[in-house]
Amino acid sequence: MGSITLKKVTKSFGSVDVIHPLDLTIDDGEFVVFVGPSGCGKSTLLRLIAGLEDVTSGHIEINGKDATDIPPAKRGLAMVFQSYALYPHMTVRKNIAFPLKMARLPKSEVDSKVEDAARILNLTDYLDRRPGQLSGGQRQRVAIGRSIVREPDAFLFDEPLSNLDAALRGNMRLEIAELHQSLKTTMIYVTHDQVEAMTLANKIVVLQNGVIEQVGSPLELYSNPANIFVAGFIGSPRMNLISGKRAHEHKAETIGIRPEHMSIVKGGKASKSKWQGTVGISEHLGSDTFIRVETDDLGAIVVRAPGDVGLKFGDKVTMTPDLSHLHRFDEAGLAIK
Amino acid sequence: MATQNSRSAARFMLAPAVVLLLGWMLVPLTMTLWFSFRKYLPLRGGDMGWVGFDNYVRFVSSSSFWPSIQTTLIIVGSVLIITVILGILLALLLDQPMWGQGVVRILVIAPFFVMPTVSALVWKNMFMDPVNGLFAHLWKFFGLTPIEWLSQASLPSLVMIVSWQWLPFATLILLTAIQSLNSEQLEAAEMDGAAVVSRFFHIILPHLARAITIVVLIQTIFLLSVFAEIFVTTGGAFGSKTLSYLIFQRVLESQNIGLGSAGGIYAVILANIIAIMLMRVVGKNLDA
Repeated sequence: MGSITLKKVTKSFGSVDVIHPLDLTIDDGEFVVFVGPSGCGKSTLLRLIAGLEDVTSGHIEINGKDATDIPPAKRGLAMVFQSYALYPHMTVRKNIAFPLKMARLPKSEVDSKVEDAARILNLTDYLDRRPGQLSGGQRQRVAIGRSIVREPDAFLFDEPLSNLDAALRGNMRLEIAELHQSLKTTMIYVTHDQVEAMTLANKIVVLQNGVIEQVGSPLELYSNPANIFVAGFIGSPRMNLISGKRAHEHKAETIGIRPEHMSIVKGGKASKSKWQGTVGISEHLGSDTFIRVETDDLGAIVVRAPGDVGLKFGDKVTMTPDLSHLHRFDEAGLAIK
Repeated sequence: MATQNSRSAARFMLAPAVVLLLGWMLVPLTMTLWFSFRKYLPLRGGDMGWVGFDNYVRFVSSSSFWPSIQTTLIIVGSVLIITVILGILLALLLDQPMWGQGVVRILVIAPFFVMPTVSALVWKNMFMDPVNGLFAHLWKFFGLTPIEWLSQASLPSLVMIVSWQWLPFATLILLTAIQSLNSEQLEAAEMDGAAVVSRFFHIILPHLARAITIVVLIQTIFLLSVFAEIFVTTGGAFGSKTLSYLIFQRVLESQNIGLGSAGGIYAVILANIIAIMLMRVVGKNLDA
């Protein structure tokens, strides 16, 4: 229970095509993350699956059955919204009980399910408060509670952590991952934050302009990006992308190298496999230092060095890329295998 | 307003407004109280001295007093119910995306800009005239005898006219309230399995509670003093005499200022009773 298949799904608003014909299979129990820059159609795709928008053409199958024309409530999916969409005039208890009340469950059953959900999410002490009296993280948990009591086949999350501060976001990310571990229910999660995507997903779907750029596990996308867009989008700091003469030396239009796949030394001489430049701004993170090296022929290159590296602004340095981790791309931006 | 300094400065700057408003309110109120205890007949001897509570006793013991209270409450109550219910429905309708939305909204709000006297005259002559009125033509079209609205159904006619005037106000306030509802809440309710009707009663109506409260409070204040509509249509005849109209008759038609003033004090008391009741019943909606 909880497999979703999209077949040739498209969505247009007027003359604007938001989703181009798109096929995607989501297996039962997977944690799938849709990631992409804003406006890439990832939220629209989630709303199509939820049934809050109608597809322009194509089919959506849930558990092997065509669900394209089934109303949202009957699809067996639960959604957590970006604004949480809690009902402000109801207490936490009533908020969580709302879907059960709508399903006309007997009161005793409703109460026990609400108590269970509150216990799982540490909300027991807050059941009689209103959403307005809760903190951001607590509201988030109420929204999750409201969706888990329905025991849906799949959870849909629409950028659920974007309204939280950084520390809380880290905690909630962990809680959502734990929830997935314990419930083993399919989850579809939309975010523009590639860190969230990398840490949570079994499977990442990278979208750009309504087209799927690549689907795969986080490490697969990280080590074998299918094209320049994925290469540049996944990973922080970004992969260094170099085009021109230096790329032609490696028989490619563009080459990419991640900051951690280069070594850096002071002084040294330039050669075909060694690049020279001057140290610009460095970001000292303690464990690592990200050094921005200004070069004449390559532009700015970011290199990861150990935290205690003794390089200063203005030092002349030589970088040696690890050629086994070099990514090569052709004129169309596709990876050369 | 944290420091001692800024607090006293604030008081100092607010003082002129407070003094002006107090004067504006207290002077007429004191004069009304003063006259209500005197026998004052401008055309029949002028101010003839203290009479104690005579005016108050006479005003209440008049056969028109209780019917006028009843009429006032019927008009206020019916207009409130009609404008709130129709206002909610109209607001829901106007919130739907449609072609020419802007124009339609302005048209809906238009009646509010028509002066009460004018709208009452339009209703009286264009719609309710038993010979030439549009209603009369409609009735005849179906082969019925036209109703003489203002004499046979004077209260419903007045309620209709006043509701027509106040419906735009209610619609406008409720429409802005509906537009401020987060659409994700409705979508969440939809996903939670709430059908259209449940969504209305569980999400939209609670969201509108505060706006409805405001509509009820403001309209009550103005509806208690409805006058022009009665003056130009029935002239207070056919059981359409409200408390404010009765006071007008006592002061100007009977030329008895003392008696009218006593009526005015009763009106103040009635308005306060209603205001306190309303604040008890619906005032809690105003707390955030």
